[in-house]
Amino acid sequence: MTAPLISGATLSADDLTVSLGGRAVLHGVSAQFRAGEVTAVVGPNGAGKSTLLACLAGLRRPDAGSVSLEGAPLAALSHRERARKIGFLPQTPEVAWAVDVETLVGLGRTPHSGMRGLSEADRLAVARALKHTDLEELALREVKSLSGGERGRALFARVLAGEPSWLLADEPLAGLDPGHQLDAVDLMRGFAAQAGQGVVMTLHDLAIAARLADRVLVLVDGRLIADGPPREALTPDVLARAYGVTARVVEGQSGPLIELVGRHG
Amino acid sequence: MSHSRRSWLLIGGLLLAIAVLFGLSLMSGRVWAPWSAWIDRSDPRWAIIFELRLPRTVLAVAIGAALGLSGAAMQGYTRNPLADPGVLGVSSMAALGAVMSLYLGLAFTATWLLPACAILGAGFGVVLMLALAGTTGGTVTFLLAGVILNTVASAGVALALSLAPNPWAAQEIISWLLGSLADRSVEEVRLAVPLIIVGLAILLTLRKSLDALTLGETGAVALGVNLSAVRVILAVGVGIASGASVAVTGLIGFVGLIAPHLVRPLVGHRPGVLLVPAALAGSALVLAADIVVRLTPSAAEMRLGVATAAVGGPFFLALLISMRRRLA
Repeated sequence: MTAPLISGATLSADDLTVSLGGRAVLHGVSAQFRAGEVTAVVGPNGAGKSTLLACLAGLRRPDAGSVSLEGAPLAALSHRERARKIGFLPQTPEVAWAVDVETLVGLGRTPHSGMRGLSEADRLAVARALKHTDLEELALREVKSLSGGERGRALFARVLAGEPSWLLADEPLAGLDPGHQLDAVDLMRGFAAQAGQGVVMTLHDLAIAARLADRVLVLVDGRLIADGPPREALTPDVLARAYGVTARVVEGQSGPLIELVGRHG
Repeated sequence: MSHSRRSWLLIGGLLLAIAVLFGLSLMSGRVWAPWSAWIDRSDPRWAIIFELRLPRTVLAVAIGAALGLSGAAMQGYTRNPLADPGVLGVSSMAALGAVMSLYLGLAFTATWLLPACAILGAGFGVVLMLALAGTTGGTVTFLLAGVILNTVASAGVALALSLAPNPWAAQEIISWLLGSLADRSVEEVRLAVPLIIVGLAILLTLRKSLDALTLGETGAVALGVNLSAVRVILAVGVGIASGASVAVTGLIGFVGLIAPHLVRPLVGHRPGVLLVPAALAGSALVLAADIVVRLTPSAAEMRLGVATAAVGGPFFLALLISMRRRLA
């Protein structure tokens, strides 16, 4: 019997190297991302997490190495094709002008729609995204008037409306209170549960990474030092190397719990 | 009411306003030309209408559209409601190009050289503005880039004036700079209108990209927008449209600032959808201003550029005050 083929879309980074202003930010990072999984990229500040995500999203060309999507090089896709496959949530999403929620979510259809504006299919996708994120009643509200949690949902709905296979999110939980963090996590998990879809996100919060991610990549100084399920990736040894902290990892009800004991040596 | 329905109603309303103002513009001036004079070729006022007022009116529509749409496109790209060809120095650079052609005498060797120089100046102005403000420039950076371009351009114009070979040439340059639609002929219409149409058509291709830029540059690129192409199209389109306008009318400021602002709330603040209504609002504004200028009793006709500045200056100030908190 042969090993089961990894079904659906795969996204892979092959030997990515990126330098910014003479400083190497990524040193030969290779990783494969599978559909059906939520992968968290963690690491100290300045480790290259956002740069890795930008490369995976096709927003930055690596100086060396390549990213491939479903076996084909990402760089060979047109801007539009790439945008249809990969939805990207930037770290500090900007929303200019006093647009309403429905308009914002409609922008997610940009890679699909023609010059004449949104088609019927586009409208349906927007309606589904609004329903899924429970924003139907806020559809005509100005985005600037939303609370932090509502705004986060609206930005997520914008990505959903584009019906991408991949959701790449840079620090999607930053600035949310614990309740809204869990809501956001549910939305991410729900996205990855759909056939052929996967999530890659950068995270600062190790506790959430340990609980919610199927897989964790630990990036330190532009190099991957661990890659695997949370239990295997987030070991005391790895945490000491990554953050310079002494940590204990204990088994909790819904996954490993990380207890920070103190600054390492 | 849905967004698209509202946009169509708005466009219909603006077209109606333009039609009414167009008629009024043909009728009004020193000599009132009623409807009856339009159809009677033997009426002496017939010539006034069709040889003097018609070119002037057509130019008002074209230039208003060019400035309104250029302003809306620049505001959409910079995500800054204070952007406009005048404020960001693009018009001054066009004027500098035109003045250089007057000063060097190029404008007298071939009629197309002055607009060509104005368009080059405007296109160069947009490129410089984008370069000075950088790709992630905020509101303040763009305004500073505009200050620099305006300063450089007026220094260049002042230099040309001070070195002018004779007072007559200096007078010609000043009079042209002040901005007016008076005494424009069919020749100017033939020169500017086709260019303006080309410029506007180029800018209209940016509709979707400008909408996507609501999400910032990263957001737009993630949605498949090719930003370097957008920058080139913007520079070429604004260069041709506002360059051609400046070439035949001189500096008419603030239209590109006011027109998009008036219609923005009516299109749900979407920067791409705003383009056509902003062009129409610009036409209506310039038509109305040109009628007012002609009807104002004074020894010499008031300059259109002076009139728009008189309205636009306080408007700019009010906008700045309302944005002060955000800018600080």
